[in-house]
Amino acid sequence: MGRVLRKLKRLLGRGRYERELAEEMSAHRAAIEVELRESGTTAEEARYAAARRFGNAARLSDESHGAIAFGAETVAQDARFAVRQLLRDPGLAVTATGILALGIAASVAIFAFVDAALIRPLPYARPDRLMDVTESAALMPHANLSYPDYVDWRRLNRSFSALATYRGDGALLQTGQGGEPVRLLKVSSNFFSTLGVTPALGRDFRAGEDAENAAPLALLSYEAWQRRFGGRRDVIGQTVMLSGVATTIIGVTPASFEFAPHSRAEFTVAMQPTNGCDKRRSCHGLMGIGRLRDGVTEAAAREEMKSIAAELERRYPDSNRGQGASVMPLAEAFSGDVRPVLLTLLCGAGLLLLIACLNVANLLLVRAEKRRREMAVRGALGASRIRLARQCVTESAVLTATGAGLGLALATGAMQVLRGLVSKDMQEGMPFLHAIGLSPHVLGFAAGVAVLAMVVFTVGPVLRLPSAELRDGLNEGGRSAAGRVWRRLGANLVVAEVAVAVVLLASAGLLTKSLWKMLHVALGFNAENLATVQVGASSTVFDTNAKQAAFARAAVERVRALPGVEQAAVTTVLPVTCNCNTDWIRFVGKPYNGVHNEVNEREVGAEYLQTLGARLTRGRMLNRDDDARHPRVVVINESFARKYFPGEDPLGKVIGNSTLTQESLRRIVGVVADIRDAGLDAEQWPTEYEAFAQSPDNYFALVVRTRGDAAAMLPAISAAVRGLSPEVGVDGEITMTSVIHDSYSAWLHRSAAWLVGGFAGLAFALSLIGLYGTIAYSVSQRTREIGVRMALGAQRVNVSRMILGEAGKLSVAGVALGLAGAVGAARLLHGLLFGVEAWDAATLGTVAVVLLIAALGASALPALRAARMNPMDALRAE
Amino acid sequence: MSKRPDLMPGTLDMMILKTLTRVPLHGYAIAQTIRQMSDEVLTVEEGSLYPALQRLLVEGWVEAEWRQTPQKRRVREYTLTQAGRAQLGVEESRFAQMVTAITRVMRDVEAEA
Repeated sequence: MGRVLRKLKRLLGRGRYERELAEEMSAHRAAIEVELRESGTTAEEARYAAARRFGNAARLSDESHGAIAFGAETVAQDARFAVRQLLRDPGLAVTATGILALGIAASVAIFAFVDAALIRPLPYARPDRLMDVTESAALMPHANLSYPDYVDWRRLNRSFSALATYRGDGALLQTGQGGEPVRLLKVSSNFFSTLGVTPALGRDFRAGEDAENAAPLALLSYEAWQRRFGGRRDVIGQTVMLSGVATTIIGVTPASFEFAPHSRAEFTVAMQPTNGCDKRRSCHGLMGIGRLRDGVTEAAAREEMKSIAAELERRYPDSNRGQGASVMPLAEAFSGDVRPVLLTLLCGAGLLLLIACLNVANLLLVRAEKRRREMAVRGALGASRIRLARQCVTESAVLTATGAGLGLALATGAMQVLRGLVSKDMQEGMPFLHAIGLSPHVLGFAAGVAVLAMVVFTVGPVLRLPSAELRDGLNEGGRSAAGRVWRRLGANLVVAEVAVAVVLLASAGLLTKSLWKMLHVALGFNAENLATVQVGASSTVFDTNAKQAAFARAAVERVRALPGVEQAAVTTVLPVTCNCNTDWIRFVGKPYNGVHNEVNEREVGAEYLQTLGARLTRGRMLNRDDDARHPRVVVINESFARKYFPGEDPLGKVIGNSTLTQESLRRIVGVVADIRDAGLDAEQWPTEYEAFAQSPDNYFALVVRTRGDAAAMLPAISAAVRGLSPEVGVDGEITMTSVIHDSYSAWLHRSAAWLVGGFAGLAFALSLIGLYGTIAYSVSQRTREIGVRMALGAQRVNVSRMILGEAGKLSVAGVALGLAGAVGAARLLHGLLFGVEAWDAATLGTVAVVLLIAALGASALPALRAARMNPMDALRAE
Repeated sequence: MSKRPDLMPGTLDMMILKTLTRVPLHGYAIAQTIRQMSDEVLTVEEGSLYPALQRLLVEGWVEAEWRQTPQKRRVREYTLTQAGRAQLGVEESRFAQMVTAITRVMRDVEAEA
């Protein structure tokens, strides 16, 4: 203990200590001098002799110091020295740090998204045991569940300790200002307990509170509690009017609760199977969540549910024919469709990081070359190889640490920017976005990347340290065989850089082309100047078909009367939304084998198809006459006609539901060219357009063709509809072009194209810089050789041609390698590409040409400089 | 870069402690004393002396103090501490044991031969 204290004392008073030691030693030296003089040597000789006998004062001081220093001191000393060395060449230090920071920032930012979306576990109890459980149908492997099926599944299964169900819904909340549309989540009573979520206030649902005759109960979302009720604790027991139903609030969900499919729901209501859909086994509107029992695997659960579904299929052939089961991890169900994009972006960022590291490694190699002589001298003066290697490691560590620190700072900024790119609507389905930050996973990733980079940077310079043959390093020129090998290594790094840049550029090109193709896919209607709003009429006030149809008619008339409106109509589902709201049909007069024919079902107003600008190919469109008093009719699209009436005329044929009940029969009166119902990259399904007046609903969308800017008309349209009745809510005001432009698939492809494009641009710049640097360095190394050539008669043009030839070989090699890699990468991108092949010649060709021309430009400058060299100066150069 | 010490580090420490048993001395004086007492056989390399002195200081076996000599020069004198005295005893007996053992080996081997 005393030792340590004494050591510390010395360290703290280090300056004084060193002075005293120096003074002591010089006094000793003086005494030796005196002694020698007394024994007869001259003053000069005495002094030299004393100094020699005394030895290397510096080393003595060092060793005396070493006797008392801690080990860590040398590390700090090394670090200080490394920083000084790096600062001696500020250009290189700044460039290397900047490039590294860029690469690290990109990869860390993207990884943060990957972590939040794919790696971070869902915020529920034991989330790995939670499964998304639902039915599957022929056309949709991941379809919806029906309520009666859910009840049977819950009763019959043995794999799940709990099986809950949910669906999203809307309601009109009665506030002081009238009806406000709010979003609901309707759940079975065991929903929260299955997830393992306990309310922050009040209580959870009890078993049986979701029965048909139970009192309506709801839990409030934390955000709604703060916003609407001011966070008051007396909210428990209060009643709210949701679409005319008095609902009692029994609890509040915790602030940390998030449920991706319906994250904006303000009220979670106990589902009561009162409406028509919930009572029909054939109406599928729900999703299920199951918690696996201990010891049961996902595969086993899936097998069991499939066999249960098969059993139900046997028992209820009309409704359950072809209905299977789907069981997948809940996390996968929530974020599965975002996975390909995120992984693509992660690879892109990784490639950018690779280029950055290659670039910096190249810079460091060049620097190591330049310092060979310095290292050899230091080795001759007594530095051991370990010491020199340690110094290389320390320099790399300092560089990497600075670059990583800067990169992390940049990454936090980048994360915010990227998060801002996600539109409001998109954010609803991605509640994990607010968890994006420097989480432990992200920091661990950054540290791992930094260590890897450090290893890459150290390997080159350490291997390049002078070995026993110090003479080579000390000699002028140092043109040994080994030197040529290392020059080649620098060149190979550049080839790799160019190749990676080509891969990124080609990928960006393919993604951009996909995006363009997708945005220009045939819509089947005119999307310009089309305003849309979602309308909800209270189901207690508008409870009969007649009232609903009348209300829709009134809304259309009112809006049509507005100035600036050309046409208006209603529909239950807007185009370019989804393949959903489906129906099972059967054809009168055709044999029926019980297989479900699933088509998109749209109830539309009389002028809807005309308002959209759809093209009629046969028969007639719907008109005002098609109302409740007249026979039911339907218009189908070309896909429907092609699929179910190949080679025959569909007009006049009658279709109905699976049991062909009388009121379901409707006659086909017209065929329209396909209107895009689902996302831009989804397949086109058969669709039937029924007359809204013959099959009305409380909730519908209004499409309005405006004369001028559609967006500007939205407030007026909204107000006009709301003005019809206080029991009516209007939301979702958006133009058709926005719906298309901001649709999920468009957004996904656009983000991928932009981000990969950004990475590609940076990679392009970095690879050109790397190429320029390598060629310029090569020229500087070969100065004397060039001088000799010129002196022997080579013309300037020969010299520049030689340099350009070298650059050309590197570029061509890089581009060739890159093209091969690009085709491979495009294969992996397969899921994201739309309308383009992996080996799209136009894109690959363009990228190759662009890169070759740019490479030519980058190497032109050093080549010209080489050509303009004065041979005499060149020969005299070191 | 390897060191070839003239004296084993352990014995140098012991000898320095011994020279300081009676009066405090400064570095040059210690080197001189050892040289004289050993009849010029043992020359302490100054390069070994100062590191050894630092070691002894850190272990707490000697203490150092700046003093003015009669010749008006500033020197640093080293004094033996209690702990140092005890350490000297330990090292002396250890050294004696070592010498006895080595001597015995040499004599026995000779006898064998």
